[in-house]
Amino acid sequence: MQFNIINIIASMPEIIVIAAACLLLMVDLFLSKRQKHLMAYLAIAVVIIAAIQTWRIEGVRPLYIFDRLFVVDSFATFFKTIFYLSTFLAILLSMNYIKIEDIEHSEYYILMLFALSGMMIMASGADLITIYLGLELMALPVYLLTGFMRKDIRSNEAAMKYIVLGALSSGILLYGISLIYGLTGTTQLSYIAASLKGGAKVDSALILATIFLIAGFGFKVAAVPFHMWAPDTYEGAPTSITAFMSVGPKAAAFAVFLRVMLHALAPISFNWIAIVAVISVVTMIFGSVVALVQTNIKRMLAYSSIGHAGYALLGFVAGGADGIASVMLYLFIYTFMNMGIFGAIIVMRKGGFSGENIEDYTGLAKVHRGMALLMLIFLFSLAGIPPTAGFVGKFYIFMALIHKGFISLAVIAVIASAIAAYFYIRIVMLMYMKEPAREFDVAQTSATRLALAIAAFGTIIIGILPAWAIDFVQRAVFR
Amino acid sequence: MTEFLNNYPILTLVTFLPLVGAFVILFMKNEVNIRWTALLFTVVDFIVSLPLVCYFNTATHKMQFVERYSWIPSWNISYYMGIDGISVLFVFLTALLGWICILASWKAIEKKVKEFMIVILVMQTAMIGVFCALDFFLFYLFWEAMLIPMYLIIGVWGGERRIYSAVKFFLYTLAGSVLLLVGIIVLYFAGGNTFDILSLMNQNYSFTVQFWVFLAFFVAFAIKVPMFPFHTWLPDAHVEAPTAGSIILAGILLKMGTYGFLRFAMPMLPEATHYFTMPILLLSLVAIIYGGYLALAQEDLKKLVAYSSVSHMGFVTLGLFVYNTTGIEGGILQMLNHGISTSALFLCVGVIYERTHTRKISAYGGLAKVAPVYTTFFAIFMLSSLAIPGTNSFIGELLIIVGAFGYNKVIAGVAVLGAGLGAAYLLGMYKRVALGEITNEHLKEVWDLDAREIIAMVALVVFVVWIGLYPKPFLNVMHASTEHLLKQITVTPPQ
Repeated sequence: MQFNIINIIASMPEIIVIAAACLLLMVDLFLSKRQKHLMAYLAIAVVIIAAIQTWRIEGVRPLYIFDRLFVVDSFATFFKTIFYLSTFLAILLSMNYIKIEDIEHSEYYILMLFALSGMMIMASGADLITIYLGLELMALPVYLLTGFMRKDIRSNEAAMKYIVLGALSSGILLYGISLIYGLTGTTQLSYIAASLKGGAKVDSALILATIFLIAGFGFKVAAVPFHMWAPDTYEGAPTSITAFMSVGPKAAAFAVFLRVMLHALAPISFNWIAIVAVISVVTMIFGSVVALVQTNIKRMLAYSSIGHAGYALLGFVAGGADGIASVMLYLFIYTFMNMGIFGAIIVMRKGGFSGENIEDYTGLAKVHRGMALLMLIFLFSLAGIPPTAGFVGKFYIFMALIHKGFISLAVIAVIASAIAAYFYIRIVMLMYMKEPAREFDVAQTSATRLALAIAAFGTIIIGILPAWAIDFVQRAVFR
Repeated sequence: MTEFLNNYPILTLVTFLPLVGAFVILFMKNEVNIRWTALLFTVVDFIVSLPLVCYFNTATHKMQFVERYSWIPSWNISYYMGIDGISVLFVFLTALLGWICILASWKAIEKKVKEFMIVILVMQTAMIGVFCALDFFLFYLFWEAMLIPMYLIIGVWGGERRIYSAVKFFLYTLAGSVLLLVGIIVLYFAGGNTFDILSLMNQNYSFTVQFWVFLAFFVAFAIKVPMFPFHTWLPDAHVEAPTAGSIILAGILLKMGTYGFLRFAMPMLPEATHYFTMPILLLSLVAIIYGGYLALAQEDLKKLVAYSSVSHMGFVTLGLFVYNTTGIEGGILQMLNHGISTSALFLCVGVIYERTHTRKISAYGGLAKVAPVYTTFFAIFMLSSLAIPGTNSFIGELLIIVGAFGYNKVIAGVAVLGAGLGAAYLLGMYKRVALGEITNEHLKEVWDLDAREIIAMVALVVFVVWIGLYPKPFLNVMHASTEHLLKQITVTPPQ
């Protein structure tokens, strides 16, 4: 590998984030206890600088660097945008929340930045090794963050489950990668695609490798039957981290899943399409049905997030540029609406009151009209009711599916979405149609206001004027 | 004037004026001002909608007052609005019932007035939008957007079992419309990547496509109508909804089902329509007879009217699917009539409920002695619903039955029996409520109508009598469009 300045410039955003995270670790030493909250602003500054740098080097032509281990293309830029957005919103939502939970340590934000750098490397990974590297770099900080409430037994349990199952799935993924390397002689995504296209006969080892890869990534996106960690982890983690990992790391996992399945393994899609189709159907139905009976809102949203992963997987089945674009649009929209609903839950946490039970929201509309309206918008968007963005996201996926002739899958998907609507509107029902049972005290700060406003704006504007968002994702599809 | 109307986005104005009103109300505090603002916006909306009817060109079936702007170019979706002789009637009806709903809620809604008015106005926009949309995506957006406000209207301001009814309404309707969505997307690809309703009508789809898409459309629209056996959400929703909610449900929401058949299912999928004619006609007959029987047995005034709706909507679907001008025009006219008469009946029930807080028929008796003005209006609307000659529904049902005779004599015969049932339950109800001695001491304290209520009722009586005595203008408006529709659905039946 010859050294080239291009390599440094093109990977500048990643370098910035990692270097800044290391630097902030040192800065932390010089901050007194009172000044710890400044760390949040520094982290936000890092995110913004990295974002600016990313968009500055954004070019139309994919740029391969570091011996084709790493790629800078609009697909990566698109996903990095999602990561910056979700990290930014998560930091805004965390600032007051971690004070309330008494976990205000500088490491909280620094770990978030490390996770961010991992996600960025995943999105830019052009090689299975880079992808694996990014995946682990993302996963380890998130494990730590999940267990950040050291004194809370649920948080500990969540981190434990996550790390054990996460390690297992990483092992499976690695095994899949090694099989692929054995079969094709390369870990480079484009070369894998080329070698598979070049008349490589499909043998059982290749199918096994594909299944291992699907299982590994399926774990990261919490698809059934690899979802077991999600409900406990979502419930136990600090809510701000739940919000973060239900959006950022999930989108990162989808980004590499898309690249691997629809780029490297696209030539043998006839082999895995049925597997993914079955997984997506089971995921949708399981997520929707089990969410119906939850009493804890974080757990319910965990199952809802499983269900949403099922819809996104439908885009894999559809395949092609539209399939990829529909998954991307879905994730983009999901960022706004999921951050929004978690933001609302975070704001409800104050004093001795957790805001975690669904019943806690009874009568909210009477006391806090604004909060109730915001939650209504996010919930209807998650349910996919127009004119919210959630509808546009589902619509594109159905379009892509039906275009490829998977009409029965589309029918199953819409029926699952009708079932799922019930548990979303149940919360609306509690908020609007019942008398309040207790006092509400909302921990609203200007930071959370800003975060909720951004989320609500995105949810509504993409619902009404989706044209720009569609263009945005269609331009960013990898080729 | 026509020139002027064609150059200005009048449909957009009519559609979104209520939404603007909702925004204005969002920033208001005083309840009295909020009520007046809501009334102002709905009345102005009604006035703005009048030129649509007055300057409507009855000579053509083409879409009028068309507006079209590109909206989502990558999916070939445009903001495309326009009305023909069928939809213009329902835009008008919606605008008319809009301010009547506000008047009906003037005293009935005491809690969360601001939210109620906002929700009603949002609903108004979505409903008018449904009738104006000429792009399938836009249509679906309005169609689904109605769900949220209606869910809140029933669930927040409804009666005792409001939550159950609201959730049932929501899930029932949603289940239907998601299938509609799949159908729409299938047509998009089968019809050459377009959501343009007019060009989707001019395609020749294979019978398989038509068959499945028709089934999807049928479920969605039949739930809205509601046709037997999809009608079970209706009595619950009606009984629990506040008066304005019942008026919207009966007056407009139910029409959307039949409008869906007229606008989409029939012209786009003619062969499948013919294929499914017999089952639909039979279901219509079942609805007519069964709905009537159920109405006979009801003890609750609202439930009785709700089941009578099932029966009356059975007449409408019967008229639409006999494929002759008389039947279809009768069906469309009956849609309008039902929107007027049944809304009026719900208004009557709401008015008396405000005074006595009961809907039980047995709690009433001899109302005519204490509230003569009220009982007079009640009688007019009851007779109109019963299709007495001289009222609007008589014309509608007559045309439908004549049309049905032209198609199949047995079916027409059964339908006539159903019309007889209507007399039984409506007259029985009226007798028990209004006539005879005063059975209940509380009833002596009932006061008669005030000016606000009289205005609302007179507005509806005008149309009852007008259509009853001189229906020609209304039939003229729809004639060209009906003829065109008939041409579109004339195909050689599949072997």
